[in-house]
Amino acid sequence: MKINRTGHPAFSRLLFCVALLSLGAAAFAQSGGELRFCLRSEPKTFDPLLVDDDSSLSIRYLTGGVLVRLNRHTQELEPELAESWKVSRDGKQITFKLRSGVAFSDGSPFSSEDVAFTMKRLMEPALHSSTGDAFRSGSGAVTAKIVAPDQIAITFPAPIAGLDRLFDQVAIMSAHSAKKEGAVLGPFMVAEYKAGSTLLLRRNPNYWKRDSQGRRLPYLDSIRLDIQSNRDVEMLRFKRGELDLINVIDSDYFDRLASSSPGLAHDAGASLDSDFMWFNQVASAPIPEYKRAWFRSRNFRRAISEAINRDDLSRVVFNGHAQPAAGPVSPANKFWFNSNLKAQPYRPDAALELLRADGFHLQNGALFDKAGNAVEFSIVTNAGGKPRERMAVMVQEDLSKLGINVNVVTLDFPSLIERISQKFNYEAAMLGFRNVDLDPNGQMNIWLSSAENHAWNPQQKSPDTAWEAEIDRLMRAQASAADPKKRKESFDRVQEIVAEQAPFIYLVNQNALSAVSSAVQGADPGILSPQTFWNADRITLNPTTRASR
Amino acid sequence: MNQVRKLACVVVLVVCAMSAAANWLAPAGYAKQFREAPDAPPSRQHLLGTDEVGRDRFARVLYGTRISLLLAPAAALVSTALAALVGGLAGYLGGFWLRLARGFTDLFLSLPWLFLLITVRALLPLNVSPLTSVLITFLILGLLGWAASARVLSTSADALRNSDFILQARASGLHGPRLFLIHVLPNLKPVLYAQFWISIPVFILSEANLGILGLGVAEPLPSWGSLLRELEGLISFREEPWRLVPLLLLIVVMTSFQLLLSNEEVTA
Amino acid sequence: MPQQTMLPSKLQLWKIAKRVAQKLAAIAALVLLGGLLSATLVRMAPGFDADERQLDPGLNEESQRALRQSRAGEHNILSFYASYLRGAVHGDLGTSHALGQPVQSLLRERWPVTLRVAGIGLLLAWILASMLAITACLWRLPAFEIFGTTISGAFLCIPAAVLALLSVVLNAPGYLAIALIVFPKVYRYSRNLFAKAYAMPHITAARARGLSETRILARHVLPVAGPQMIALAGITVSIALGAAIPVEALCGLPGIGQLTWQAALSRDLPLLVNLTVMVTLVTLLANSGADVMVYMLARGES
Repeated sequence: MKINRTGHPAFSRLLFCVALLSLGAAAFAQSGGELRFCLRSEPKTFDPLLVDDDSSLSIRYLTGGVLVRLNRHTQELEPELAESWKVSRDGKQITFKLRSGVAFSDGSPFSSEDVAFTMKRLMEPALHSSTGDAFRSGSGAVTAKIVAPDQIAITFPAPIAGLDRLFDQVAIMSAHSAKKEGAVLGPFMVAEYKAGSTLLLRRNPNYWKRDSQGRRLPYLDSIRLDIQSNRDVEMLRFKRGELDLINVIDSDYFDRLASSSPGLAHDAGASLDSDFMWFNQVASAPIPEYKRAWFRSRNFRRAISEAINRDDLSRVVFNGHAQPAAGPVSPANKFWFNSNLKAQPYRPDAALELLRADGFHLQNGALFDKAGNAVEFSIVTNAGGKPRERMAVMVQEDLSKLGINVNVVTLDFPSLIERISQKFNYEAAMLGFRNVDLDPNGQMNIWLSSAENHAWNPQQKSPDTAWEAEIDRLMRAQASAADPKKRKESFDRVQEIVAEQAPFIYLVNQNALSAVSSAVQGADPGILSPQTFWNADRITLNPTTRASR
Repeated sequence: MNQVRKLACVVVLVVCAMSAAANWLAPAGYAKQFREAPDAPPSRQHLLGTDEVGRDRFARVLYGTRISLLLAPAAALVSTALAALVGGLAGYLGGFWLRLARGFTDLFLSLPWLFLLITVRALLPLNVSPLTSVLITFLILGLLGWAASARVLSTSADALRNSDFILQARASGLHGPRLFLIHVLPNLKPVLYAQFWISIPVFILSEANLGILGLGVAEPLPSWGSLLRELEGLISFREEPWRLVPLLLLIVVMTSFQLLLSNEEVTA
Repeated sequence: MPQQTMLPSKLQLWKIAKRVAQKLAAIAALVLLGGLLSATLVRMAPGFDADERQLDPGLNEESQRALRQSRAGEHNILSFYASYLRGAVHGDLGTSHALGQPVQSLLRERWPVTLRVAGIGLLLAWILASMLAITACLWRLPAFEIFGTTISGAFLCIPAAVLALLSVVLNAPGYLAIALIVFPKVYRYSRNLFAKAYAMPHITAARARGLSETRILARHVLPVAGPQMIALAGITVSIALGAAIPVEALCGLPGIGQLTWQAALSRDLPLLVNLTVMVTLVTLLANSGADVMVYMLARGES
């Protein structure tokens, strides 16, 4: 086999050269050029196990080698550093058969010892990372047993649903290399970092993957990531040709780009992200008792939901590049979306009926509750996100037609977080949820009534309402079932309850909009993060760009 | 110069009259969303087009003028008065007071006031009326904006204290507040005028930036600041020149005001 | 003081040394106070404990608790400040929360960028503003007056972020944006100061005597407006530092302004305290420097 491998590329390279020459592109060289795009914030860490923010996530994706990879296009798992794997029937153990002859970027060999080391570090109680927490199923230790240099069995104290998918997030670290996180198994490695300005990734010469012709991947020589939080500047530099990709662009820029250079703008359809609002139902919240009573009424929440014109939101705020949302799962999530659910249509009359059923009444165009309190509440949202601010203004206008006075308050992010997750000093909030995980297990901490992220009423000692108790039961049931079908049944029901009770009022699923310059070949923008560069190891630059960089 | 001043006077009067007559000139109001025509170019119905959610920009300019043109000068007056008081008095008194005031202003210039503003927002209820929020915002701006010119004023006043004509005035029996008001303060005019005129546009813009913290003019109420914030984006002005109108209007009004009032008195 | 030109006696030297020491002590006290006050402001502002990760559903209960605990050492601002000062004495300025790097190395990397950008910007603003102001006073043409008022007014009315963005659009260097933000302020002040100086009676007299305009400017106008212009120069340093925040953030310049913005957004207390201390120090030095110059000028004249 080995002989074959060394012989093959030379031959294919020759063929490749001939092909290029025949195309008239004389610029073919060993150089693959430099891909350039922006990170929107400073990466908070280079430690792949601690990663939590978007920028660090991008770097981990480009540099980290994983055992299995979720194909961003098919949403299926594919073998990567593990040639094959098997989850035990009880869902507690996973066995990997590892690829042999693979080395880290610094040359140290890759073996099951590294996987064991990575798992051990990941499960350290003091680590506190979302990657690690996903594996924490019950009390007891996680053991990684090295069966052979290329085989490892990892056992968990309790079953974990969708166990194999979680390994898409675990970048394997070297047990022995002195370079620690600097030794990587992914296609690129961090070569240079200038805080606040740029990050340079160079191709990992030891990357194991080859293309169908046997050429070593990645094709690119390097990737230059500029740290730039301003989207206007990012767009401007893209238009100038200084940047090759924009992972997520706002809809107004998308349309401008689409009209000026149609080939560069990509709308991949509804993404996994959703925008929603919710009312504060926390018992101890410092809000008037009568308002809490409104917010805890199903009729009130449903009425608000029905009085919001989601079609207008998608059309006006996102220029049509968003879909009215049906529930917590986007239709883009092929397997888990409950296709029986439809987005709430705009029905202001029905909304008024629901409110009347709760004793609300209109008087001179203003809405009052049973006790005669005028219906007025504030929506807090984060400042800086233009689309969300516009949505809030449109919801304000929609609800004013029902005689409800809404005050929109934009806050800086830390203040907002303190209000909604510590002091509970707010009435309604509007936020977006960046969904990176397809599996509902990733949402456990949102749906369980005892959880911290059960936004509308977190950390309940026992479920406050019957429907929250039912959600708790269903979520636990899906987490412990091994059969995907059974899991889906449970989670479908959760989605239905959420639609009926409207604790979260889902507004829209934004489309995954991205831009890819004509210099880039082989990009296949999709809806899953990282949208434009998920196949970075196979992306190439066209010969003229390559020559100029 | 006279004709220029007349022209400036006309401009200011017209702008004031139009914003006062906003109810008649733009009967649709500043909040109505024409959702069929967001981001529309100028038309007979919408003289300056519409904004991102379809609100008539002309109406928003007129109503925004009311708030900003009334409150920004008021806040500028507060900050100028504070500057005169701290800087002028410190320079006039000299010695220990001068050193104390200078230390205080230097410190004041370096502190991160952003966090005070965030705290103020937290102390206000969420359901505060838009008008109250604006008033508080401009008041804070007025209270925070004096330090730089107070520093310059202290130098001017310090020089004055030792000048011949103040010594003469002292010798002729003038003392205390009267001396300060009659002889010192008028000599600080150039700096005070500069402070006042710089503060107005700066405060108008700051008000909009404070929207990020949930202070300032709340939606759907417009202000000049929030209209100018629309420019903070990658707009092609060649294709959409009408978006520049709020900025041009602000420049024209500010220039007219200055030509109308300050020049005469500074050079006089 | 006729003895001024003679060598200072020992007593005088002692006096000068004492004054310098007093001044330095006052500066040190103010800087320390500035640090404490800024720490207090940050600590009191809402969201001090908040971390974006609190909204991450991927973190379990225990991790969330650990997250909240992580800033417990900064809750008592006095003890935080005391331990910060203890560290600072030993040359340790603490570690930034947001960037996970020692504050010292961050500051060392970034001050040069800001010094260059703000310095050149400031210089340009002054050249532009004083040229315009002097020309307006010399010419005394209504048209030029209107031109100056309009142009400075225009730059005052354009939001700083727009100016910064424009500099990116036009591929202009960042210091140009800072210059254009600072310029109208310098122009307004200096224009008024010059106008006032030119309006003094002895200038009219000098003109009547047929003195050339440059002589009038050098002999009669600058001495009157000079001290205030120097004071103005002192405060424009803090104005330029303020302008550096939006400009650096938008133009992608890794300087102190950008760092300040990041630190403020993430309530990065160790970083913010250090930044305030540095900014206070620079402000004090600039302004005290201006004071000393004015003082020397006054002595030189008498």
